[in-house]
Amino acid sequence: METYYKPEDLLKFGEAGEEAPDLAAKFFDYYNAVFAEGELTEREKSLIALAVAHTVQCPYCIDAFTQSCLEKGSNLAEMTEAIHVVKAIRGGASLVHGVQMRNITEKLSM
Amino acid sequence: MITVSSKTETPEFSKRGAMAIEPFRLTLFKHGLQLVRDKTTTLQINAGYLCDRTCRHCHFSAGPGRKENMDMDTAEYVIEYARRAHFEIIDITGGAPGLDPNLVHLIEGLRPLASKIMIRSNLSVLNNGQNDQLISLFKKHQVIIVASFPSLNEAQTESQRGRGIFGKSISVLKKLNRLGYGHEGSGLELNLVSNPTGAFLPSSQIEAEKRFHQILDQKWGVTFNHLYNFGNVPLGRFRQWLVKSNNLERYIEKLISSFNPCAVEGLMCRTLVSVSWNGYLYDCDFNIARGLFMGGQKTHVSKMTGPPSRGSSIAVADHCYTCASGSGFT
Repeated sequence: METYYKPEDLLKFGEAGEEAPDLAAKFFDYYNAVFAEGELTEREKSLIALAVAHTVQCPYCIDAFTQSCLEKGSNLAEMTEAIHVVKAIRGGASLVHGVQMRNITEKLSM
Repeated sequence: MITVSSKTETPEFSKRGAMAIEPFRLTLFKHGLQLVRDKTTTLQINAGYLCDRTCRHCHFSAGPGRKENMDMDTAEYVIEYARRAHFEIIDITGGAPGLDPNLVHLIEGLRPLASKIMIRSNLSVLNNGQNDQLISLFKKHQVIIVASFPSLNEAQTESQRGRGIFGKSISVLKKLNRLGYGHEGSGLELNLVSNPTGAFLPSSQIEAEKRFHQILDQKWGVTFNHLYNFGNVPLGRFRQWLVKSNNLERYIEKLISSFNPCAVEGLMCRTLVSVSWNGYLYDCDFNIARGLFMGGQKTHVSKMTGPPSRGSSIAVADHCYTCASGSGFT
């Protein structure tokens, strides 16, 4: 295998449910419902999905939701800001755990 | 299955860069659909390919060097045809019809013949102070202005339409607003057209229109009536860009996978006839670019006694997937 990730495999997403069609149908119905316009617009939901795709570092999701964001009318500046939100939260999550480090250090130290 | 070439405006077979796609006609057949004319209500006039811009999505590859432009004799034939055929809407496009020396004659000749007359504008032609007279003419005849405005984002807009166009467009839109265009009840309609700025499909028209209204008003105090979101047709300069950027195959696949049988009934080619700069008739502007005559027959406008008849056939090719994808192209 040359690579674990091939762009054309994204189109096979639906095949992932072949051995358990009832469960897959439930999942895809839910999936489609999630991305339909509700209190949030479809464009806003795609931007959230793009950010989450970067958080979970899924190449398929990044490909799909980059296209989706463009097709919903977002631009590169907005999409870049969404990625900075990811970076801030991931970086912040690391930094805030420093509190635990400080608590433990405080407990162990004279 | 047949093959379609990745070269610009070449017919279906080419060994180099060839890809397999299902012909549009076969897709219609598989869905039990026939694409035939309804009542033809719109006469679209392509004044020619001269343009002051070289937009990367242009299906004509229009630009400053193009010589294919409507002469006065053809303009006369077109006006006479409109008089005989009683269209409801006249739609003047290009190129940049604002650069057509016969435009004033066309508008004055056509205005009494239809209840609506509209002109496609790239806005940059109207940015030139010398064209204020043209805007006054549009206002006098209540010509609907349909302006290119692909994106609310400057970088995206200029990647498609060239450097400096975003600021010019905003400036012209403000000028048109000052003259009354784009305000409800003024009788001066200003509509915007947004095309994707790359190899992707257009967004939902309703959501995009809401957002364009909000952002244009908030940031620049600009108002308009309606927004139309149109897909880019893989012909001309846009096709060249798709090939060069290695996006053609994926873009065509996307168009085909987005085929919507429900969109076929509302396609513009069912109610529109398009006249090219040299006076020949086509089922749409894209078929002019592709060289597909109306119903497959080469017919000059001077030979037409009335609108094309209801039920007559429409020439199709694989670029037609663009109009039949998603919610359609009307």
